[in-house]
Amino acid sequence: MAASIRTLALRTFCDSTRNIQHVSRSRVKHSCCPAWVTVCRGYSDGTEGKSTHFGFETVPEEEKAERVYKVFESVAGKYDVMNDAMSLGIHRLWKDSLLHVMNPQPGLRLLDTAGGTGDISFRFLEYTRSMHERQQRQKARSSQTPSWRDLADHYATNQTGLPPSRAVVCDINKEMLKVGKQRAEKAGISTGLSWVVGDAEELPFDDDQFDIYTIAFGIRNVTHIEQVLQEAVRVLKPGGRFLCLEFSKVSNPVLARLYDAYSFQMIPVLGEVIAGDWKSYQYLVESIRKFPDQETFKEMIEDAGFFCVQYFNLTGGIVSIHSGFKL
Amino acid sequence: MVKRHQLITGHQHTSLNQDGSLYPSHIPTNSVQKALLAVGSGVAALLNPYRHDMVAVLGEATGHMALIRLRDRMRNDPEGYTILTERPRIRLSTLDLTRMCALPEGTLGREYLRFLEKNKVTPDTRADVKFVDDQELAYVMQRYREVHDLLHTLLGMPTNMLGEVAVKWFEAAQTGLPMCVLGATLGPLRLSVSRLQMLVQSLGPWALRNGRHGRCVLSIFYEHRWEQNLDDLRKELNIESPPLHLFPSKNTSSNSFIKQ
Repeated sequence: MAASIRTLALRTFCDSTRNIQHVSRSRVKHSCCPAWVTVCRGYSDGTEGKSTHFGFETVPEEEKAERVYKVFESVAGKYDVMNDAMSLGIHRLWKDSLLHVMNPQPGLRLLDTAGGTGDISFRFLEYTRSMHERQQRQKARSSQTPSWRDLADHYATNQTGLPPSRAVVCDINKEMLKVGKQRAEKAGISTGLSWVVGDAEELPFDDDQFDIYTIAFGIRNVTHIEQVLQEAVRVLKPGGRFLCLEFSKVSNPVLARLYDAYSFQMIPVLGEVIAGDWKSYQYLVESIRKFPDQETFKEMIEDAGFFCVQYFNLTGGIVSIHSGFKL
Repeated sequence: MVKRHQLITGHQHTSLNQDGSLYPSHIPTNSVQKALLAVGSGVAALLNPYRHDMVAVLGEATGHMALIRLRDRMRNDPEGYTILTERPRIRLSTLDLTRMCALPEGTLGREYLRFLEKNKVTPDTRADVKFVDDQELAYVMQRYREVHDLLHTLLGMPTNMLGEVAVKWFEAAQTGLPMCVLGATLGPLRLSVSRLQMLVQSLGPWALRNGRHGRCVLSIFYEHRWEQNLDDLRKELNIESPPLHLFPSKNTSSNSFIKQ
């Protein structure tokens, strides 16, 4: 199932050779009905029999992507409300911190993977736009006695100068992207933003495309973290930056106990009461426990080929920002 | 052999799943979580009365003692005991609609179908039980939910606010479920003055009286009684006919009722 979703995404964006390969595979699968699902599994490239974790449950690898898809499909409508309720609004501060660490200059291209409802991309565009305006103001102030020609040029560039920063929101889940698009419309953001369906393990982009790659609260849901990191290396320009915002391990034992109690007692209840979905939020808190800790994840990023990898703990380690550069 | 054992002890073999769940829709919870659920669902249901799932969760989180009492009442009734062992479910797929349509007027089956059509409801919209930590009690809760529409038919109450409150008063008197009591207390607050008057003066006392003295409505094997005449069934259950004949009104401002 995951393979055929990937196929659909790839068919729209990829180059022809890859296209043909995947299309022919899916055609063969479909012709072997009615048990085409099991044939699908049989065709998976040598990974059958391998299992992975889905929260505290053990599932076959092929199943994980599908189950994660279903979780986010069902929570998409209430995703933002739930984030505010569960983190008491603190997730907004975490995302703001990510932007401050990123400190993007105007004119950069951002790939927001697992971007879902677009929180990071909206912040990125706002940050670069306000920075662009600040730079314009400084430029205007610094030119002491501008000639009429300079002023005319300045006004001209101001009017035609749409900030060249561009953000691409990429997510495997169409429901999340739909919610994100609605939010963008409501906020009146129309330029500099595009929405793409894609799998973080097989991105529908060419090499060396982006200046910044972010993945916020998404990487713990993927089946193969190493593959996501490899793809990140591939699509980043040399000199590009990888940033990951994710739940991590709390080192302080007292805080850890409180955090665990809150996670397991309160969050599924909030999920049931606000979103009518206990199980998805049970999965969420379990998946946080299954994700590697700060140091292990740092090593994984280094193994993928990033340099100058460092991490910043937020809120006592509940959340951590990992950063690396492609050189 | 196993069936005989079940009939004697009334216990069915419960198989524990990997996550400790006793039945397909079961989510095991501890008392802290149940308390949080009760408070949360109560608030959510009050803020948005159309959140039927929250009303359901509130019932499950607070109904343990009442469910035990209901289950024991069912066990002491021979028909109720059969229901507990066979565990029938009322769903559109299990109802023979063509046969029920062909039944004469005034029978339970025909009136029940008429009620479903008029009020545009189906028995399949009832939420599954999730937070009851006993298989048998979970079934009792599920049965209570599925019997709710039949209760409307038995009591002759439509699904507008007044009808629902009247049915809630009946259920509160019969089952003692805290969710029903809460609904019965808070429901009247949303009624207009004229309807409140109707409730307090005739419908309410009638509902309470019949709830207390009537036979346990969960102990009736409705699936075997579709051909029975509705009035006969009411007499058997010790339920008087409703004192007011209410029509399902689309707009709340119309006072559509005839005194019998």
